[in-house]
Amino acid sequence: MSLAALPSATLAVLRVTSSWYLVLAALLFAIGTMGVMVRRNPLIMFMCVELMLNAVNLTFVALSHALGDIGGQTVVFFVLVVAAAEVVVGLGIVVALLRRKPGATADDVAMLKG
Amino acid sequence: MAEVFVFVAAALMVLVGAAGVILRKHPVHCALSMVLTLFGIAILFLAMDAQFLAAVQIIVYAGAIVVLFLFVIMLMGVDKAESLSVEPLKGQRPVAIALGVGTLVMLLAAFFVHGGKIRGVQITGAQAAGGAAVGGEGNLKALALSLFSDHVFAFEATSVLLVIAVLATVMLARRPPKQISLEEFSS
Repeated sequence: MSLAALPSATLAVLRVTSSWYLVLAALLFAIGTMGVMVRRNPLIMFMCVELMLNAVNLTFVALSHALGDIGGQTVVFFVLVVAAAEVVVGLGIVVALLRRKPGATADDVAMLKG
Repeated sequence: MAEVFVFVAAALMVLVGAAGVILRKHPVHCALSMVLTLFGIAILFLAMDAQFLAAVQIIVYAGAIVVLFLFVIMLMGVDKAESLSVEPLKGQRPVAIALGVGTLVMLLAAFFVHGGKIRGVQITGAQAAGGAAVGGEGNLKALALSLFSDHVFAFEATSVLLVIAVLATVMLARRPPKQISLEEFSS
């Protein structure tokens, strides 16, 4: 077997297993975590939380696929609904914050104290 | 072979989009990078025979949530680039990156160390009684059966949750009512 044939032969036997999806979800979750800790704009912190939620959804669907059980997909449906509600309330808070101080950062959230 | 290609392409979309969310200065660019990530995840859902969730992912996330983000960005006038070189807390960024890498390592350890091998994660546990995961045309039916039989109370509770969320947002986002003075009222 020549050296050039080796990569294509390796590729042909590669199967996408659920561990690939789990690794990708872990990477996505870690990126989201870093974003929440590093960024200061409350909107972008929210987007990073959405990334983390999506990573968890990916894990649920990967395990649902691996186990052949529809329950994982049902949970993802509920996560989607709760994420929508969470974004609506969170963006309401961000709007209230930005109305008091344009260009507010995470440091200014204490301003909302009643 | 084809599934490997689909996975790699979608994974690249997911990771490039996620990197864009945390690295771009401009909030609008961050929101658009998030759309890339969400589409990549929808493709991965399709690859895993979760057709209904792929559609819902695009409709709810890319269609509703990102548009909501863009509305807030544009209406509140925060569409200005943020200086990423400012680091208000000394040494916060390296600590954050170290914690992020630590999270990654622990997640991978949780996935793989238990099974004792990297390729082919060992999944244990009995099949739940929730029903079999079906791809293709049966996916929607299987999901609906699970949703409206085993989880019907949770499903009803989500409707209450959505109503409460809408009410809460209206209360949060409305301006305080203006006091009408007596002279203004009588004139």
